[in-house]
Amino acid sequence: MSAHAAELAVHEHKDYTGAKIGMWMFLFTEVLLFGGLFLLYAVYRAEYPQGFHQGGLHLDVFLGAINTIILLTSSLTMALSIAAIQRGQKGLAIFFLSFTILCGATFMVNKYFEWSKKIHHKIYPGSEALAKYVDNMVEEGKVPPQQKSGVLLFFSLYYLMTGLHGLHVLVGMIAMAFILRKLLKQPFVHHRWNPFQKQELQGCRLVLEDPNGQTIWKSETFDETVKHVDVEFQYYPAPKHVHPDDYVALENTGLYWHLVDLIWIFLFPLFYLIS
Amino acid sequence: MSQATAQNIPLSFYEEKSAYPGIFAWIFSTDHKRIGLLYMFTILSFFLFGMSMGFLIRLEKMFPGGQFFQPATYNALFTIHGVVMIFLFVIPGIPAVFGNFILPIQLGAEDVAFPRLNLLSWWLLVIGALVIFLSLFTGSKLPDTGWTFYAPYNTITTANIPMAVFGAFLVGFSSILTGLNFITTVHRLRAKGMTFFRMPLFAWSIYATAWIQILATPVVGITLLLVIAERFLGVGVFNPSKSGDPLMYQHLFWIYSHPAVYIMVLPAMGIVSDIIPTFCKKPIFGYKAIAFSSMSIAFIGYLVWGHHMFTSGMADLARVVFSFLTFFVAVPTAIKIFNWTATLYKGSIELRAPMLFALSFIFLFSIGGLTGVMLGTLNLDLHLHDTSFVVAHFHYTIFGGFGFALFGGIHYWFPKMFGKMYNETRAKWAWLLLFIGFNMTYFPLFLAGLEGMPRRYYDYLPKFAPYHFWSTIGSWIMISGILFMFGNLLHGLLRGEKADDNPWGGSTLEWQVPSPPPLVNFTTPPVVNKDPYDFSDILKKRNSSPTPQDQEDKGGQ
Repeated sequence: MSAHAAELAVHEHKDYTGAKIGMWMFLFTEVLLFGGLFLLYAVYRAEYPQGFHQGGLHLDVFLGAINTIILLTSSLTMALSIAAIQRGQKGLAIFFLSFTILCGATFMVNKYFEWSKKIHHKIYPGSEALAKYVDNMVEEGKVPPQQKSGVLLFFSLYYLMTGLHGLHVLVGMIAMAFILRKLLKQPFVHHRWNPFQKQELQGCRLVLEDPNGQTIWKSETFDETVKHVDVEFQYYPAPKHVHPDDYVALENTGLYWHLVDLIWIFLFPLFYLIS
Repeated sequence: MSQATAQNIPLSFYEEKSAYPGIFAWIFSTDHKRIGLLYMFTILSFFLFGMSMGFLIRLEKMFPGGQFFQPATYNALFTIHGVVMIFLFVIPGIPAVFGNFILPIQLGAEDVAFPRLNLLSWWLLVIGALVIFLSLFTGSKLPDTGWTFYAPYNTITTANIPMAVFGAFLVGFSSILTGLNFITTVHRLRAKGMTFFRMPLFAWSIYATAWIQILATPVVGITLLLVIAERFLGVGVFNPSKSGDPLMYQHLFWIYSHPAVYIMVLPAMGIVSDIIPTFCKKPIFGYKAIAFSSMSIAFIGYLVWGHHMFTSGMADLARVVFSFLTFFVAVPTAIKIFNWTATLYKGSIELRAPMLFALSFIFLFSIGGLTGVMLGTLNLDLHLHDTSFVVAHFHYTIFGGFGFALFGGIHYWFPKMFGKMYNETRAKWAWLLLFIGFNMTYFPLFLAGLEGMPRRYYDYLPKFAPYHFWSTIGSWIMISGILFMFGNLLHGLLRGEKADDNPWGGSTLEWQVPSPPPLVNFTTPPVVNKDPYDFSDILKKRNSSPTPQDQEDKGGQ
């Protein structure tokens, strides 16, 4: 019976592998969600290669490249953050996670400038100015008449796909902010002793040694002016003390973030580099 | 409580105290059994609503010419019938009800892998349904696109289609979360000794279905979002007047919606695979073949969507390939049918109420499936496309398949879910009415379709009149059968006798827990050491307290 009870208790714990399986399933659905759009892109680009070429000329490769570098870096820092927490280096984990959020924010700011510049030039789906502009392109012979739709579709897909991707970046940032808050709230393990009686301190010194007996630090010798000694330890919890909830949540957020990054790796060449 | 434990009978999940009072004990519960029953109540309400729409459609078409409704109202009727039945009844369907209630118990688990996510998916279904119903009254007219929401009409009509498709999107999200939950449950929460090949076939079918749910639904999700974007953001990926291609809508829509019919029917096959051995007292024939055929239907079903679009404009090669793949998907289905019939061979068949539903499933689904092969035949489809033949085929597979299996499942697991028993004689009469009415309603539509009766038409030529007349009469018989059945079940729920833990002599794990099950399902975690359809223990127990009939059976073996 006690064996059963133990087994029941185990069941009530959070299933680490289960949570990760669930996350991977969710990532599959994300891939297929974008998959529909990539399918549209593939068909329309095959149908209107020249239209897409003309559309692609209007994108800012430099800004796109910067954003690619930013996202790639953020993927690295995300992975570093997970690696840090696996080693119990909580401060480092917090630093890398904050840096990742910052990268996401920078990406979004760049995106904002990019979009608003285009919208300022009246390049957006359904804009009459854009339709007229495309008509001009046809007259100038830049685009054959039957490829005209391609330019319009290019911008439709550009806004839809980078828009949906941007939304995912935002969601990822929110998820990371939640984890960050959790990490920050989780207290540092903290001890305080006052083990010494005054008379016993005379002529002693406090020494900190590592497990091999090597002295790391030692204090001055205590004289009669020392009334009492407080010893305060502040240290980051070792891996086994990291709450598994936080850990798997961070790892799952990391998985999500890598997917967001991966989608961008496809979006960047397909929109910015085709011309 | 101490009384109950003293007798070693744990409290059932109904009696267990909840943190919330009244109805909140249900709608905020994360217990898979309560959520399963919530789903059952919810989707059966939608079914009754959709059925009323169907009743009105048939009433309108009883005679040629307009009868009761304006043509525009008729368009709205079949749209709402389709949307409610497909998105709110059949898609959540069996996985939501029995996948929740039965699957974890069959696997020997306490609950699904993510109980809170499970509750969220019920809420998403309810909110999605509310949004869909709200969309009916917030446009300048009722939705009239048909349940397929085809482009470009979906952006042109003044009905509130964006809202309706957003509701469908939420329902799809609910379906995704359910599928994600079940896959993780199957992988992580099987009891000790419950290997993959000791899982009941119902669990296998839910597992296969869950993969379709998560891999197909997102595609329609993005498609429906694009419909909304077309209306509000000015993009034009489907609308030809804005440079889009409406054919792409059809492709994306059917990439999901064809696999979706296997979301509907695979779990139904799972129920039948569980019912038949129980009432034959014989291990199922070809266990692995049935398990693998579920997986291969899920896989091949993903690749056949083009057969909905043979007349829409596609390359000849593509049409031939899609036609071939459509034939191919019939193979695993036939494997199942042959295995079920082989299980019946030399079994000691008991024609109890659930068994009647299961056997009529085989009959009706065979008709539905074989007419499906006819429709998958390229040249024949050019003739039959968009005729009432398609309507009949669809209802034979989905109502004759999914519907009969769902009702069979309700009759099969009713004693387990409620701890009560319905009147079985009445249940058999209800089945008979339903079966006769069903065939009378839909079979004439095959004949009318062969002669060219178009689907979704308000009016028709006089030569189709007899078919429609008898079909409408049939619908009345069918509906009275359904109402009689629900009445009988409700009566059983309120006044029924107390049911045994294992009234049918089932061999799977859910029959080893009390009826209704306790909150944690198993007081001691089960250890599985035999195949799912091994009836030797049950037969031994029966033979040790022999009834005259059992003795006869024994003599026969």
